[in-house]
Amino acid sequence: MIIETRGLRKVYGANTVLDGIDLDVREGEVFALLGPNGAGKTTTVRILSTLTGPDGGTARVAGHDVVREAAQVRAAISLTGQYAAVDAEQTGRENLVMVGRLMHLGRRAAARRADDLLERFDLVEAGARRVTTYSGGMRRRLDLAMSLVGAPRVIFLDEPTTGLDPASRTTMWDAITELVRGGTTILLTTQYLEEADRLADRIVVVDGGRIVASGTADSLKAQVGGERLVLRFPDAAALARAAGLLAARVPVAVPERLELGLASDGSAADVHRTLDALRSGAVPIARVTSHRPTLDDVFMALTARPAA
Amino acid sequence: MTTAVTAPAPVRPAPAGRHGGLANAVADTMTMIDRSVRLTWRNPDTLIMSAVLPLLMMALFVYVFGGAITTGTEYVDYVVPGIVLLCTGYGASSTAMSVAADMTSGMIDRLRSLPIRSSAVLVGHVTASVVRNVAATTLVVLAAVAMGFRPDADPLDWLLFAGLVLLYVLALSWIAAAFGVVAKSVESASVVGFVMLFVPYLSSAFVPTHTMPAFLRPLSEHQPITPVIETVRGLLTGTPVERGWVALAWTLGLLVAGYAAAAWLYRRRAGR
Repeated sequence: MIIETRGLRKVYGANTVLDGIDLDVREGEVFALLGPNGAGKTTTVRILSTLTGPDGGTARVAGHDVVREAAQVRAAISLTGQYAAVDAEQTGRENLVMVGRLMHLGRRAAARRADDLLERFDLVEAGARRVTTYSGGMRRRLDLAMSLVGAPRVIFLDEPTTGLDPASRTTMWDAITELVRGGTTILLTTQYLEEADRLADRIVVVDGGRIVASGTADSLKAQVGGERLVLRFPDAAALARAAGLLAARVPVAVPERLELGLASDGSAADVHRTLDALRSGAVPIARVTSHRPTLDDVFMALTARPAA
Repeated sequence: MTTAVTAPAPVRPAPAGRHGGLANAVADTMTMIDRSVRLTWRNPDTLIMSAVLPLLMMALFVYVFGGAITTGTEYVDYVVPGIVLLCTGYGASSTAMSVAADMTSGMIDRLRSLPIRSSAVLVGHVTASVVRNVAATTLVVLAAVAMGFRPDADPLDWLLFAGLVLLYVLALSWIAAAFGVVAKSVESASVVGFVMLFVPYLSSAFVPTHTMPAFLRPLSEHQPITPVIETVRGLLTGTPVERGWVALAWTLGLLVAGYAAAAWLYRRRAGR
C-alpha cells in the first residue's frame, strides 16, 4: 500500500473534522475521495501531504510516517491544492524552474525539465509570459505541471477542476489520465460525481469526517440497486396527481424539472404497470426514460443530501 | 492566443534530486531570495512607494515646516536621519504584505509540501526587503544632499551608519514578516506600514523631544527609534553620539525578537 491510514482523526476546537478514516491506496491507482463541502476531504489531503498533523491515528505515505518522517514523505509526493499555487508575477517557465531548483535538480536539469513540462501541458508559447495573463485553465495546467517537476510517486489533487469551465475541465481530465498512464499514484478529492466516475479506479465516499461507502464506481451504483424510471409531466398539476397515484412506490419528485423518479426493475412489464396506473387517473405524461443509477443517486442515497 | 498543438514529445525521465544537507539548505534559500527579489522588481508600485513617500516627506519637512522649526542646526541636517529611518521602516513594512500574500494563497502549501528548509521562504522575503531598502535609502540620501544636506562624516562614520541602518532594516523586516505570517489578508498586513510611518513622529525624528509635552517625553525619548536616530544623526552630522550602545542594543533586541516571533508563528500557523 502506498498510502495507508488507520483511524485518522482531526479536531478543530469542538468540531470533529475527521472521525476515524481508514484508507488503503495501491501503487499506480487513481483513488477518489468523494464528498460534499466540509466532509473532511481537504483535511485528509493536508495530513497526507504533511501540512498538518493528525490528532489521532496514523498515516503512512510511500512507506514513511507523515509525522515522524515528513521530509521523506515530501520527497515522494506533490500537492496540487484547491487554488492554483503559482506566482502570478513570474512567468510559467520561471515558476517551473523555481520548483525544479527547490527539488535540487541543478540549474540546467531544472531548465530542461521546465521546457519538457511546458511542452507536455501545451504551454510552450505561454511559458515566457507572466502568469497574470493566463486563463483559469492555463493556471491549473501550470499548477499541475509544477507538481510533476520532481516526478513524484504520489500526487494529491485537491478538487483539481473546481471553478473551471467545461472545456478546461476536459483538458484537465485528459492531463490527469495521461499521468496515470505513467504509473503515478493519484489521490484526488472531488465533489463532482462525474469526475470520480471518469477518473477513479476506486472511490471512497466521505461525509461528516467518516467513510460512508467505498468501492468502484460500478459497485457503488449497485449498492443503490436496479434501474430508475423517470417520468416527466407537462405541468405541475399533473406531477402532483401522479405523485399521489404512485405514492405506494415512494417516488422522488423534482418539481423544477417536472420529473418523478421511481425505483424499478427495468422490465417492460413494470413500465406498462406504471403507465397504466397513470392512465387510469387520466394523468398526461410528456416523457418516460429509464436509466442505471448514476453516482449522483448513490451520493444522495448515502449522504441524504442533494449532491453539488 | 492560440497554442499550436503538436505531437507530444517524448518526455525525458525526471532527474533525481538530492535532499537534505547544509548545501541544499543554502541553495533553497538562494532560490527563494531569487524569487522574492524578482517579485519585487515585477511589482514596481511597492518599490516606487517606498522611495517616493520618504522623498515627499523630506521635501515637506525641509521646505514647508522646516523654516518654523528651530533645532539649533540647519533643519535639513536635523531631519535627514529621521527621514532615512522612516524610509527604511516604511520600506520594511512591505515585507508584511509579501509574506501575507504567500500565507493566504495556495503558494505556502506548495512550498511547505516540498522537501525544503522551512525558513527559506521567510529568509527570501526578508532578504528582498533589505535589497529594496538599501536601494531606497541610497536614493533618499542622494536626494537629501541635493536639498542641501551636508554630512561631515568620515569613512568610518559612513561604515557605522551603513551597518546600523542595515541591522535596523533587518530587524524591522523580521518584525513585519511576523505580522505578515499572522495577518488574515494582504490588506490587513498593510496596516504595518501605517504603524511604521507613524511611530517616528513620536521620536526625535522631526523635532527635539524636549519640545514635547511632559507626558509624551518618556515615551518619545525611550522608544527604540530615538536612540537609533540620534546615533545616525551623530554619525552623519557630528552631533554627540551619547546612546550608540543603546541604539545597537535596541536594534539587535528587535532583530532577535522579530526573528524568533516570525519563525515561531510560521511554524505554528503552518501546522494548522
